[in-house]
Amino acid sequence: MVTAQSPETEKYNVIGTRPIRHDGVDKVTGAAQYGADISLPGMLAGRVLRSPHAHARIVSIDTSKAEALDGVLAVITNADFPRASDEVIDTGEGTAQLNWVLDNVIASDKVLYKGHAVAAVAATDHHIAEDAIELIEVEYDVLIPVLDVRDAMVDGSPLLHDSLHTGEMDGSKSDNPSNTASHLQFTKGDLDAGFADADVVIEREFETSMAHQGYIEPHNGTAYYRADGTLDVWTSTQGAFVVRDSVAPLLQLSPSQVKVTPMEIGGGFGGKIPVYLEPLAALLSQKTGRPVKLTMNREEVLLATGPTSGTYMRVRMGAKRDGTITAADVHLAFEAGAYPGSPVGAGAMCALAPYDIPNQRIDGYDVVVNKPKTAAYRAPGAPQSEFATESVLNELAEELGLDPLEMRLQNACVEGAQRADGFTYGVIGNVECLQAAQDSPHWQSELQGPNRGRGIAQGFWFNIGFESSAYAQVNGDGTVPLVLGSTDIGGTRASIAMQLAETLGISAEDVHPHVVDTNSVGYTQVTGGSRTTFAGGWAAYETAMDIRRQMEERAAQIWECDTSDVSYGDDAIIRGPQDEDGNDQQFTFKELAAQLVTSGGHIVGRADVNKTSSGPAFATHIVDVEVDPDTGKVDVLRYTAVQDAGTAIHPAYVEGQMQGGVSQGVGMALNEEYYYDESGDLKNASLLDYRMPTALDLPMIEPIIVEVPNPGHPYGVRGVGEVPIIPPAPAVRAAIANAIGVHMTELPMSPRAILDATVLEDE
Amino acid sequence: MASEHIVVSCTINGEQQVFLANERDSLLEALRDRIGLTGAKEGCNNGNCGACCVNMDGRIVNSCLVMAAECEGSEIRTVEGLASGDQLSPLQNAFLEQAALQCGICTPGFLVAAEALLEQNPDPSEHEIRYWLAGNLCRCTGYDKIIKAVQQAAGQSVV
Repeated sequence: MVTAQSPETEKYNVIGTRPIRHDGVDKVTGAAQYGADISLPGMLAGRVLRSPHAHARIVSIDTSKAEALDGVLAVITNADFPRASDEVIDTGEGTAQLNWVLDNVIASDKVLYKGHAVAAVAATDHHIAEDAIELIEVEYDVLIPVLDVRDAMVDGSPLLHDSLHTGEMDGSKSDNPSNTASHLQFTKGDLDAGFADADVVIEREFETSMAHQGYIEPHNGTAYYRADGTLDVWTSTQGAFVVRDSVAPLLQLSPSQVKVTPMEIGGGFGGKIPVYLEPLAALLSQKTGRPVKLTMNREEVLLATGPTSGTYMRVRMGAKRDGTITAADVHLAFEAGAYPGSPVGAGAMCALAPYDIPNQRIDGYDVVVNKPKTAAYRAPGAPQSEFATESVLNELAEELGLDPLEMRLQNACVEGAQRADGFTYGVIGNVECLQAAQDSPHWQSELQGPNRGRGIAQGFWFNIGFESSAYAQVNGDGTVPLVLGSTDIGGTRASIAMQLAETLGISAEDVHPHVVDTNSVGYTQVTGGSRTTFAGGWAAYETAMDIRRQMEERAAQIWECDTSDVSYGDDAIIRGPQDEDGNDQQFTFKELAAQLVTSGGHIVGRADVNKTSSGPAFATHIVDVEVDPDTGKVDVLRYTAVQDAGTAIHPAYVEGQMQGGVSQGVGMALNEEYYYDESGDLKNASLLDYRMPTALDLPMIEPIIVEVPNPGHPYGVRGVGEVPIIPPAPAVRAAIANAIGVHMTELPMSPRAILDATVLEDE
Repeated sequence: MASEHIVVSCTINGEQQVFLANERDSLLEALRDRIGLTGAKEGCNNGNCGACCVNMDGRIVNSCLVMAAECEGSEIRTVEGLASGDQLSPLQNAFLEQAALQCGICTPGFLVAAEALLEQNPDPSEHEIRYWLAGNLCRCTGYDKIIKAVQQAAGQSVV
């Protein structure tokens, strides 16, 4: 393992070490309670009836036979919910109209994708609930489905929503309704002049399939509505407050009536931000007066949750013979699924983000189609847009006979560079990642053998901040329980607790982090956007500083001196003035903790932060592949992932994020796709046919952590989760081209696609 | 459509258990809903993900594909049976030390499967570990650290 940690971070005691995570034992013994593990007295089991059609008008729903079944206590449809307005609510990584949130949870007049929820039942047993939904009779008027993003944008295409008009960035709307929900454009310089300057111009078109987040835990939601009007919700979610603020308006309750308890979460990657089952469980509980648990099966997860956008993209890029990129024109059309809100905006801002290109135009279109409403998926939008741009850049390097890594270094953004969307970079590790890749054993090695090739690609993701909360008590034995609002999806209890421990000067083991419900901690945004270690860590830092201040005050009180004469050192020694006899006065953290109760009471530190800054992250990936020319199968032989983490708080979990991102990116590159027939029926809605990488599909993934500390964070954190999913697809594409001379134009680059591009074309 | 119920008697983690199963219950449903052992997880309910792996009479099974009624007289071991009291097994410790889990939902299945591998093959190669564990999906880790944890538990040196 190569870890290029800078001397800068060696000054820390806790940060940069690899303690056992606090929640680890529960997770290796089976004790950890995930959403579906909850059991409550009198709990009912729910089940959802889903549409067999991709696009249809609901003519009628007859629930009488289901209601008559022994053991069924309630059946609900959209009509049972209060009427939702078109007010816009915060949905975690974005916003949405409340009525569309409701219609996606349970269809009103139309079903808009296969698997769209139509009705839900609550029964005494889940087998009875399964039987009951079979008894619900729905009459549909089947409509022509809109399944291709380009077809959807054409005038005269069947419309999903009669009320949807294309919104422009200036706030104007199109006169006629359209499936194109919005258009955005970022420009910089003079595009025509830039292309006129170029010696070589390459233009390529790409199509990518929808792909699912693929978390192993299906969605779940349990709710208990009490007679006093309070609602408890237990669910596996990336954002308990987002669930609260979605469920409350859908049921016309005050947020103060709703308490959401986040259970352990079995993966999310952005897909467990929206609500699906929670509002249904809540209404079923309201109807029955009993707790109701709903869980999805895998088919429902694939049909009706997630995925990320399928796309059509076109990139034109020009460069001088020396490798200087002079112009780039990027066209992105993203499938939003059934309701507006694809990640095309982020995709557009990321598309050319690693490069200082003087002349740019990036157009993005958010387009509704009869497929599930897309949800955030790890660096939402960027794996698609950067696949297109990185691929064209690699082809330019090939055409010009230049080293693709050198060409990236030559054009790399550095501090002060401005993106087309107007953002100007501060201190970034773009060049440092490329250099670390250049120096890596992998890049320095020779690759030999037939049908083998090597590729590289760069990736960029913003990372974000926003609201996080942390409260901590000091116990008499010097241990510190830490209360957090961020659900822990992959080790953030540890990474946040370590920052508190570092600031207080105590051990990570003396901090006891807990993820609590929405009534027990301040507002905390979702675990997503690579914000949790960044903003949660910042809250923990400020909480610790609050404790330090209070402990200084307490020591001053004990020593009967001025607080200004007391200082809490980074070594966790609280030092005061000399006593009357001229002796030094000091407390260790534990000594003072032991005196808190007798000297005035306990201490609680707290911080609620809202950070609008971020720490941009870059990554460089190198991959070697071997292509089987007879079957089209691509094997990944070797993989190196370089990434700027800012500061790696817990390096083992930083590596884990990098390796996991690579695995998902390789899946997106080679196998994962939503395969629809012309009626809009998803033909591969199982984990056998939706083919995610297994242990046998991957080699060891070599992580190289680069640390260019983020000056906008107390400990230099940038956030690490998102960016590693971005470079795999373009790097693998380049490796395939290097191996067999074929430039692929679609994702996934499955055996079928490779054969289409090679053998079949030769015939 | 009324369901029949069946009395099933078996040994789970060394304890004799007698429970009433719905005839439609899988072993996974019986473990989770009738007995209250929720360590085995449902990821797909059709044998593709391995999150529900348990050891049944010395064999790894996807408990979602075994009917509860088939378990009469069986010996079953789940993730809850791997530790002795508060003493974790070498494999459980290795998973913690190698940071071989992120969200943890697949971890019980991996632990049960890997323990069976090491019982049969105490010194597996990296390829043998990857082959054996190919029926268990993990979406968080990229498998790297899981493979290393199994190597550590097998007493191999881990880079």
